[in-house]
Amino acid sequence: MELPTGTIDADLHPIVPGLDALAPYLPPLWRDQIAMRGMEGFDTQSYPPNSPKSVRSDWRPETGVPASTIEQLRSQVLEPWGVARGIVTPLYGVQLVFNEDMGNAFTSALNDWTREKWLDADRRLAGSIILPMFNAEHAVAEIERCAPDPRFVQAMVLVMGETPLGRRHNWPIFEALVKHDLPLAIHAGSTYRNPVTSLGWPSWYAEDYAANQQAFQSMLASLITEGVFVKFPTLKVVLLESGVSWLPAFLWRLTKGWKGVRFEVPWLDRSPIEVVRENIRLSVQPFDAPDDAETVKRLMDHLGSDEMLLWSSDWPHWQFDGRPKLPPGIGPELARKICVENALSTYKRLASETVS
Amino acid sequence: MTRHIVAPAAEIAPGQRRVVEVDGKRIVLFNLHGEFFALSDRCPHQGGPLSKGPAIGLVESPCPGEYSYGREGEIVRCPWHAWEFDIRTGRSRFDPRRMKVRAFPACVEKGETLQAETFPVSVEQEYVVVEV
Repeated sequence: MELPTGTIDADLHPIVPGLDALAPYLPPLWRDQIAMRGMEGFDTQSYPPNSPKSVRSDWRPETGVPASTIEQLRSQVLEPWGVARGIVTPLYGVQLVFNEDMGNAFTSALNDWTREKWLDADRRLAGSIILPMFNAEHAVAEIERCAPDPRFVQAMVLVMGETPLGRRHNWPIFEALVKHDLPLAIHAGSTYRNPVTSLGWPSWYAEDYAANQQAFQSMLASLITEGVFVKFPTLKVVLLESGVSWLPAFLWRLTKGWKGVRFEVPWLDRSPIEVVRENIRLSVQPFDAPDDAETVKRLMDHLGSDEMLLWSSDWPHWQFDGRPKLPPGIGPELARKICVENALSTYKRLASETVS
Repeated sequence: MTRHIVAPAAEIAPGQRRVVEVDGKRIVLFNLHGEFFALSDRCPHQGGPLSKGPAIGLVESPCPGEYSYGREGEIVRCPWHAWEFDIRTGRSRFDPRRMKVRAFPACVEKGETLQAETFPVSVEQEYVVVEV
């Protein structure tokens, strides 16, 4: 399909070619630790470099690291598909580091790498502030450090962290985000502080990847029931690479449960489904629905809002082959909302920034 | 609406409830501190008998982490799926505007003012009167 004019890609993943790439952005103490400790890199089990899911096969170069240069992004996504703007979110496992000071230093270095290698290289790109969530004070400080650069249009955490995200010890982070009008993106992936399923550790990659969906559900339940959107009503949360089709069935269960135990969370003055329509946005790759317009239409009816979905390619992850896709049965008006308008109303900074 | 004498008031003590049948409808009477209220005994969800549900207080909150608790005994929870209803109004707590159980006007009147047609009335006693 042809994407509407002005399409915004909400989920692009530049790959850090190696730990050395971050060295120039590290303070000397941590830069020297790379060699001293023999650190090899932060590639994670969430996206193993050689897994088919991690990089679409025609986007793998014959030599070198895929998705690691601006030329690759231009030639694979921006130019052939006429994508007007893109939000880059590296998934390099800085969140997995156990030493909170080291994690903080490498996270800041990653954000500076994003700024210099991607945002400075192409004016069509905006970035995500990766947050060092081990320590809420570090996360707030990183927001304050990066937020003055208007090209950072959101912050990002992995869906599987140490504790449910809605807990009050994280509220200073939400307060800082609201102050700067930054949405919080929650991306698939784990810090591996807990098993990726509540049953324990699974055996296979297919289980690990599928488990993200459960994590997104528990994450949403945490944010909603803890009252994050009561306290911070303007906070927008964007679920990236979360899948979409699970959402109505999950909300059915959560809302049903809430009706019976409302007294536990008396601050929650609206149904969870209303909170989701107001505060939650989702990227469309993967969508997880059959290639059947009628099914998709019913799903959109269940969501009850045409403002929740944001178009994404999930580059370089292998979600589809060939040209970009939208779920079947999406008409031109809704396509324009998904590809352009919803992102502009979600990302205030993207809307106010002009690109020539 | 027709007025129906449904019970001698003295037989339902404060905090108690009683189910009566009026015009084929099951209605539950609640005595809240001497005031009487009448609700349909069918939960609007799946028809659960509200008369068999616990009466609790109302938990409210000005913001996450802060609780206020009051109106003890004035909220009935359906015994089937625990939906809460305000005994005074019939309105649910989770969606007071759209989800409610039918409430009927109820009051207490002296026997001497009532014409006993289907219910033996003594002039000295007080009776619960429901409009259905």
